[in-house]
Amino acid sequence: MELYVPILVLAVLAAGFAVFSVGIAPFTGPKRWNRAKLDAYECGIEPTPQPVGGGRFPLKYMITAMLFIVFDIEIIFLYPWAVAFDKLGVFGLVEMVLFIVTVLVAYAYVWRRRGLDWD
Amino acid sequence: MNGTIQAPTIEYALLAPMLVVFGAAIVGVLVEAFAPRYLRSAIHVPLTLLSLAGAFALTIWQAAAKGIPTKAAAMGAVAVDGPALFIWGTILVLAFVSVLLIKGEDHFVAAASAVPGSAEEEQALHEGAAHSEIYPLVLFAVGGMLLFPAANDLLVAFVALEVMSLPLYLLCGLARRRRLLSQEAAVKYFLLGAFSSAFFLYGTALLYGYAGSIDLAKISTAVGSVGGQDTLLYIGAAMLGVGLLFKIGAAPFQAWKPDVYQGAPTPITALMASGTLVAAFGALVRVFWVGLGGLDWDWRPVLYGVAILTMVVGAVLAITQTDIKRMLAYSSIAHGGFLLVGVIATGKAAAQNASALSGILFYLVAYGFTTVGAFAVVTMVRDAGGEAWHLSRWAGLGKRSPLLAGIFAFFLLAFAGIPLTSGFFGKYAVFQAAVSGGALPLVIVGVVASAVAAFFYVRVIVLMFFSDPAADGPSIVLPSRGTAAVVGLAVLATVVLGVYPQPVLDLAHSAAQSLFVR
Repeated sequence: MELYVPILVLAVLAAGFAVFSVGIAPFTGPKRWNRAKLDAYECGIEPTPQPVGGGRFPLKYMITAMLFIVFDIEIIFLYPWAVAFDKLGVFGLVEMVLFIVTVLVAYAYVWRRRGLDWD
Repeated sequence: MNGTIQAPTIEYALLAPMLVVFGAAIVGVLVEAFAPRYLRSAIHVPLTLLSLAGAFALTIWQAAAKGIPTKAAAMGAVAVDGPALFIWGTILVLAFVSVLLIKGEDHFVAAASAVPGSAEEEQALHEGAAHSEIYPLVLFAVGGMLLFPAANDLLVAFVALEVMSLPLYLLCGLARRRRLLSQEAAVKYFLLGAFSSAFFLYGTALLYGYAGSIDLAKISTAVGSVGGQDTLLYIGAAMLGVGLLFKIGAAPFQAWKPDVYQGAPTPITALMASGTLVAAFGALVRVFWVGLGGLDWDWRPVLYGVAILTMVVGAVLAITQTDIKRMLAYSSIAHGGFLLVGVIATGKAAAQNASALSGILFYLVAYGFTTVGAFAVVTMVRDAGGEAWHLSRWAGLGKRSPLLAGIFAFFLLAFAGIPLTSGFFGKYAVFQAAVSGGALPLVIVGVVASAVAAFFYVRVIVLMFFSDPAADGPSIVLPSRGTAAVVGLAVLATVVLGVYPQPVLDLAHSAAQSLFVR
């Protein structure tokens, strides 16, 4: 139990500091309101009004991100195989080919459905 | 790090049913990619049905000709044992029937990305667009359903859970009518499902910390031998339980079920209510009996409470429902509670375990068929806005269409567990095992809950046969051959399992004899 005492002390100190900082801020900080402070936070961009029903928005970046994940996962599996492929022998090769073929099927689907076209 | 890596041995013949389903799903994606639009459905439907039938034949061949294996396959990761083979057969038949229902009518949206009611949607409808991806998605989900109850280690179970769930999240959002409700269902199912998967994964991590292995057999031995790590064990087991109980929709994790069952396209609801429930129960029983069997003294009181809560919540809340799909969803929750009664009925004696397990297996078959049939009937009662879900629209159905209303009444009686229907023998088998397992109070709660449930089933029957039909009541569509076949098969199964259940009971019994391999 004594082993944990320093951790507990640290936790109490951290929690105390957090509560103190948040609690003291309204009393000590200056209050200078302006319109921008009351707006929604949009990373410095002016918030644009939403069309009724949410509207449609382009998915180009999301499709790119999804495709990245497909290839990312493929590489994650390729690395350990590349390190140990001589030990895994024919079995590893066959399994890896099967895996890449499966990923290629997903890739073919995206390609044929024009997921790779930007416009 | 200079040890040799041994290439794993994989028993491909044992895993063949799953490989067939997954292979067909991948071919289905290729069809989506390369076949012209007008040909896609024509290729998908036979491909899907043939692969499911082929996988079923392989399962039967394995069980009948080659015998039930006594060792877990694929280096102990997948246990193809008696219960797994029985569950595989059940899921494959139910999936086959659901696919017949899926291809039946226009249940699915033309372009899911179009805003509901927008010009784009109109245009897609005019062009005859269709999401034929539904078929590969269903096959992927069915593949996951096959793997989930056979998974003999927790990570394989997690992967199977995700493979099963992710396509279902998508499929839920593809209803052709009441688009917003369907999208809401998909989002709710996805968020809550992801949340429960995280619970499952966290439980896996904690149990790994406890036992030093994710293998169910090794966890089981560790439960008896590793001391001083009880926190990890108990929290891990509880987290795992939350993840699994969520999937079967047990109270207090049942909140997603009515919304999702209501919003999803009705054939997909049929697939979820039958196949997913069967798969999740298979996995639940395996994890709790095999992995945490030595801990049963601790988890049994918890599941005891969950079972009571689930039966009561399902039966009581169903009474207040005015929507036929929500009512069937609450009925499904109550049935999950009845099945949990069987899960608790495990004991130290092998015979007791076998009788509880065979009761659960029989119940799953009986309930699966009846529920698919009931949802198939729901797809046929329609008005101008699509399926008529509100109960008031079902008033007087028996006078307009006596045959359909009679069939639906029969399904409801089977849900209620009236003798001469499959539901009676299902409940009997489970409750009998529970009584001999010493869970008599639970059985009494179960019987009372059944009586409460019978009230709202009978209320719908009274509404259909003894109320006057509304002037602008819904019309009954002439079923396509697929839908008619589904209803016919479900009626046949419900009658046969209710009048002459012995062959299936025997089959369930012999499947349960070997219990689970480790």
